[in-house]
Amino acid sequence: MDALQLVWFGLIGLLWAGYLVLEGFDFGVGALLPVLGKGTDAEDTEKRRRVMLTTIGPHWDGNEVWLLTAGGATFAAFPEWYATMFSAFYLPLLLVLVALIVRNMGFEYRGKRDDATWRARWDAAIIGGSVLAPLLVGVALTNVVRGVPLDAKSEYAGNFFTLLNPLSLLGGLTVLALSLTHGAFFLALKTSGTIREDARRMGTTLGLATAGLAVVTLLWLGFATGSVWSWVTTVVAAGSLLAAIFANTRGREGWAFIGTAVTAAMAVATYFLALYPDVMPSTLSGGRSLTIENASSSPMTLTIMTWAAVVFTPIVLLYTAYTYYTFRKRIGTQHIPEPVAVS
Amino acid sequence: MGSSLDVARWQFAITTVYHFFFVPVTIGMSAVVAYFHTQWVRTHKPEYYRLTKFFGKLFLINFALGLVTGIVQEFQFGMNWSDYSRFVGDIFGAPLAFEALLAFFLESTFLGVWIFGWGRIPEKLHAGSMWLTHIGTVLSAYFILAANSFMQNPVGFKFNPETGRAEMSDFLAVLTNKVQLVTFPHVVLSAYMVGGAVIMGVALWLLRRDAATGDAPMYRKAVRVGAVVSLVASLGVIISGDVQGKIMTEVQPMKMAAAEALYDTTSSAPFSVLSVGPLDGSRASRIIEVPGLLSFLGTGSFDGTVEGINDLKVSERELAQKVAAQYGPDVAPLVAADDYTPIVPVAYWTFRLMMGAGFLTMLFAAMALWATRKNAVPQAKWWGLIAIATPFLPVFANSFGWIFTEMGRQPWLVYGLMTTATGVSPSVSVGEVWVSMVVYTLLYAALAVVELKLFLSYVRRGAEPFVDPATHADVDEDAPLQFAY
Repeated sequence: MDALQLVWFGLIGLLWAGYLVLEGFDFGVGALLPVLGKGTDAEDTEKRRRVMLTTIGPHWDGNEVWLLTAGGATFAAFPEWYATMFSAFYLPLLLVLVALIVRNMGFEYRGKRDDATWRARWDAAIIGGSVLAPLLVGVALTNVVRGVPLDAKSEYAGNFFTLLNPLSLLGGLTVLALSLTHGAFFLALKTSGTIREDARRMGTTLGLATAGLAVVTLLWLGFATGSVWSWVTTVVAAGSLLAAIFANTRGREGWAFIGTAVTAAMAVATYFLALYPDVMPSTLSGGRSLTIENASSSPMTLTIMTWAAVVFTPIVLLYTAYTYYTFRKRIGTQHIPEPVAVS
Repeated sequence: MGSSLDVARWQFAITTVYHFFFVPVTIGMSAVVAYFHTQWVRTHKPEYYRLTKFFGKLFLINFALGLVTGIVQEFQFGMNWSDYSRFVGDIFGAPLAFEALLAFFLESTFLGVWIFGWGRIPEKLHAGSMWLTHIGTVLSAYFILAANSFMQNPVGFKFNPETGRAEMSDFLAVLTNKVQLVTFPHVVLSAYMVGGAVIMGVALWLLRRDAATGDAPMYRKAVRVGAVVSLVASLGVIISGDVQGKIMTEVQPMKMAAAEALYDTTSSAPFSVLSVGPLDGSRASRIIEVPGLLSFLGTGSFDGTVEGINDLKVSERELAQKVAAQYGPDVAPLVAADDYTPIVPVAYWTFRLMMGAGFLTMLFAAMALWATRKNAVPQAKWWGLIAIATPFLPVFANSFGWIFTEMGRQPWLVYGLMTTATGVSPSVSVGEVWVSMVVYTLLYAALAVVELKLFLSYVRRGAEPFVDPATHADVDEDAPLQFAY
């Protein structure tokens, strides 16, 4: 294994971490719409929902690009991994795509008509998509680490139900729960008034549930394929989640959000450390596991990609940070303008 | 049931053509909206503010669908075409990763800034964010077209017998593929044609409806801006298309022969504008023929020789054998095919439909410019039909162009290196491909209805009355935002 292969294994881990940290909170906000978006009457409910959606409005699209970049980088740096993974997880990925499609359309179209039925339908799309996508992404990533049946040519030899094993389903639920907690902390940080209080209260409950799920998942995974380093990141992930919950109960919303961000990043780190040196282990005897070494691109492609990453990633991070700074103000129901929409 | 190859191909065709309804609108309209926004910032004339807001909204309604269908495209290579991804990923993956890193982030982030920026960021930066979005869309086009151009004319690679796949040898060659250098301007200028045509069509319809109101000058201006953009771009489309034809004749002669259904190699070959019959080589079926024009399109000389399908069938087989002999037994099955002829009627007709729709767009844009000169409003009833047809024509011209270029390459997936039949995912069952095909088709159809109805509702609503954004400046912490979801 040469250094660049390792670098790209790490970078793809970083992209997934970025994805779960960033889109994680907008999944959470979307999924919590029926709960935290519930107001005292229909008008209040509508305003609360619009507050919630407006907090993620400028960001969700950019957040989603992390997934596209993770996909594109895997294609370029580990073509065999991309080919096997995307064809193996065929139906779950189809569902992820449908979930992302309907929820993205929901964000953009929901407010475009002043009509209760129209909004209710797009709300259902946003909520359903925001629950389904992190759940299935969690199932898929856990399957990658756990291993799936690959034949001697590294072709997938299982079916849809092979992927629905207990560990992977648990991994899916953990990612979902973490996204909900992360979303609640984001809302506590970005809203004002009663939504903020409700989000804080709910964040603690969700955080404790996440901690339960995450501990089981990470221990299970750790005992199955863990390394020394993956135990370190497991401990950091658990510690930061507990710290986040604690910060939340003390009203330190910024720290709480940072805490769940670290948890998400460390959970991905744990996955990748447990995965190393494979990228997609086979559970079949005689099957050919995909490894960092045998799945990677040529040194030339990796070199070119490394230069691109070195030059452009800081730029992307800079303007992404700029948007979070620009839209840093808390939003409350008083900030919601009259709907400007066709009927 | 069909084979998973057939279903995967139909799926690629459906999802890609659908995706590309929205792509050129996004590229073209973002430029015009950015222009209106810049004019507002420069002049503070209310009409520019209203046009920015109005066309910005239409742009966003369209953008949403382009975005979501684009995600499907990136996943589809791995899902349905895993053997293809494996074989060429070393080369083909890099432009896709570049596209995400350089283009998608830029486009998505700054569109978010633009949508929510009203009253929250300095106005120059606000207009600039739409320009950055536009630059993102153009960069995106560059990288994805570089990837496609590799499939038309593979360059910058070598076959590695150890790994059994094609590997990058020269990335600059991939990015400056001669097919790419002419395809990129052709596609982006076609997108400007579309963007201009949408603006022109919508504004023309509203100009006629609101001719008696104070809004007429504003819509008239939009008609003229859209028509000029479309017309100027179309000149570039013709020039780049002409160069493209010559390069295509050089690197993919079969595609040019299929475009004319030319079976026998011919000097000063004619171009048939229309024809009837089966296009199986009988020359009697041509209705209108322009002598020597095909030779001119393909070679730059009216006397030039254009190779026919019958000769090319033989030379493509020789090419395949040469590649197989050069690269060995791993590559031999990748280049083997029974017949190297694309479906000739598809190539023939899409080529003509592309050009026909493009020329009609030009004609309508020129007519609209003429009819709106000196503050005139086009009165005749048929102008309503032109207003409705103009946005659709160049969109369909784009679709036909893509169907031509992709179907004309068949049976190759990567020209001269890999046939389409060998690229499909071996581990995905035909049932699974059917499921995704049905899901995408139904979902896309439903979304098309929703988007079109919404788009038309907003067109009918027209531009909102002017409210000076400076009057609700952020003095009060609790003042409502100028825009929220």
